[in-house]
Amino acid sequence: MAPRPLAVIAALAVAGLVLGPVAAVLARAGGWGTLGPGDWQALRFTLVQSLLSAFFSVLLAIPVARALARRRFPGRGLLISLLGAPFILPTIVAVLGLIAVFGQNGMVNGGLRALGLPGFSIYGLHGVVLAHVFFNLPLATRLLLQGWLAIPAERFRLAASLGLSPRAMRRTLERPMLLRIAPGAFAVIFVICLSSFAVALTLGGGPRATTVELAIYQAVRFDFDLGRAALLSMIQLGLALAAGLLALRLGTGDGFGAGLDRVVTRWDGRAGLPRVMDGAWIALAALFLLTPLAMVVARGLPGLAHLGAGSWEAAWNSLTVALASTILCLAWALPLSSRWGEWVGLAGIAVSPLVLGTGLFLIVRPYANPLALALPVTTLVNALVALPFALRILRPEAEAVRSEFRRLSLALGLTPAAWVRLVLLPRLRRPLGFAAGLTAALSIGDLGVIALFADPERATLPLQVYRLMGSYQMEAAAGAALLLLIFSFGAFWLCDRGGRAHADT
Amino acid sequence: MLTLEKLTYGVGDYRLAADLALPPGQRVAVIGPSGAGKSTLLDLVAGFLTPATGRILWQGRDITASPPNQRPVAMLFQENNLFPHLDLARNLGLALRPGGGRLTAEEARKVEEALARVGLGGMSARKPGALSGGQQSRAALARVLLQARPILALDEPFAALGPALKMQMLDLVTEVAAELGALVLLVSHDPQDARRFAQQTVLVAEGQAQPPVATENLFDSPPAALRAYLGQERP
Repeated sequence: MAPRPLAVIAALAVAGLVLGPVAAVLARAGGWGTLGPGDWQALRFTLVQSLLSAFFSVLLAIPVARALARRRFPGRGLLISLLGAPFILPTIVAVLGLIAVFGQNGMVNGGLRALGLPGFSIYGLHGVVLAHVFFNLPLATRLLLQGWLAIPAERFRLAASLGLSPRAMRRTLERPMLLRIAPGAFAVIFVICLSSFAVALTLGGGPRATTVELAIYQAVRFDFDLGRAALLSMIQLGLALAAGLLALRLGTGDGFGAGLDRVVTRWDGRAGLPRVMDGAWIALAALFLLTPLAMVVARGLPGLAHLGAGSWEAAWNSLTVALASTILCLAWALPLSSRWGEWVGLAGIAVSPLVLGTGLFLIVRPYANPLALALPVTTLVNALVALPFALRILRPEAEAVRSEFRRLSLALGLTPAAWVRLVLLPRLRRPLGFAAGLTAALSIGDLGVIALFADPERATLPLQVYRLMGSYQMEAAAGAALLLLIFSFGAFWLCDRGGRAHADT
Repeated sequence: MLTLEKLTYGVGDYRLAADLALPPGQRVAVIGPSGAGKSTLLDLVAGFLTPATGRILWQGRDITASPPNQRPVAMLFQENNLFPHLDLARNLGLALRPGGGRLTAEEARKVEEALARVGLGGMSARKPGALSGGQQSRAALARVLLQARPILALDEPFAALGPALKMQMLDLVTEVAAELGALVLLVSHDPQDARRFAQQTVLVAEGQAQPPVATENLFDSPPAALRAYLGQERP
């Protein structure tokens, strides 16, 4: 029933927009000689920080997920929902929050000084890893929690009736599950961290803490060495593709799954020590995730009064870009919501935003000033990057609608327009709202391509926050960050809510 | 006359063949073991499946290649006969305007009449979720009235209803079919349905749809395939 020609057009548009920039990058790439020692250093740093980030995220997620899987307490459902929040949390906001907690004048260093202990700096490798763990510990926890909840309740009943010791429980039930889920979770987080840009831009930098993505940005913006930028883009592309294929092979769930707040009745771990340990892990995780956000709010409130015209203009730009890329992304996703369409959509995630941006920069430059096109290009890339997530959300439901109502629609002879207007869109209201919310929030918080293209007169809100930080206007930066936080969570809430209201089942 | 002329269909190991003719206005039961191809036979008639060989003719016209909505067939499925997010008026209106356009006053009146005919007068603003299972079946039948096609294909649409309700629905189908003068094909796995409802019965078994036989005769002296299905020993 889906109008096939539309699906083909949508697929060709995705392919063209991904392959075009990649071709431009390949064509422009300089010889290997153009790479300096700093670039090889960047490659090494990218791999090392990704490995460390993925390792710590998964390692720490194991006790947290186990505790969440077997404890029930007030606020458990809310906490599990909050674990999904970092996905739509703008990177720059999180970074500001982390600086407030772990930075030079932050709470932790303040505490250390009060105890007469030496402080530490958040900038460099450990800062980058810290931020990545902040973003990915919740994801890893959700993935592992899914694994724990997928163990049939009967197994736990059987284990309880056999009186298995905690050690035997781990060996027979938990270890096989972890061996199955953890490698996939590790690979997914490794891939995500490979294309880290905004975190490296704010907490890394310098010769010893530059990712390949950051090196691309510097080659374009500071050295204006497009050949080297293109070559670096090729390296990034190769890295992401290799790691992405590995992650697909190890594939796990996506952590979007509903029903994670379910509780399976358990008979193990009722002794005192496990209870205390579980409680401690949950409290630590919650503290680690919530304190930075609380700091953003606390420091941002007074800063809201210091917002200048530049910030409001940037806010307006962010909203228009987000609106346009959400519409574009959904218009793309609807015709592609099928199995092969989802594969097409994955193209957008295989190629990092900075690589896409560099390619588009190269394509546009002969005809127009790329800086004048900063906002349209950002819109396009944001839509493309959000497309795989939108498809992941829409596809199962769209296929269900097709299998349930295709025959009835054929029997009635519904026109394609009537099918879309009267059946497909109304039936997909909930997932459409959810997908729109994610896309809008991701787009509002994005600090990637815009940094590559923007001139001093043009900015989105995340870029504005970064610029304010760079010029040490910390109050205004905190205010703008709070505004950004309100926008991205607000946009998600509005869209998701709009999809749920009056939805018929 | 609905003629299935040397019809064959196959997917993988599965085969179904039919060579039979059904006169207009008859009520025909299609029975047989599950998996034998009762629903497949209806899907071939309704145009959801394409035969490998053979032709399907209605009153001498070849409809083998026609899409479902251009066949003289109205069909009720096992489930999902109504769009749950549309009220009854819109659900039924789609039978008159498949483009989803606004109904004229005349068409809206027809919709109300059809609903009243099946005992759902005044319920046009309700959504299927606000109706009982039996009422949903009635609403679907009302749409069949509006479609006014000369063949009515029922693929166990009342399987989820209790015995008493199912009998009521079969009686209502009999009335509706009489008003339309329609040939009814009723798939069922319950021999009682066939006895109560159908003048003729088509037995589908062992990859073959048998030509129709008068229902009474069939059950009084069942052939081997039917005995096997009914679980009767050889006399």
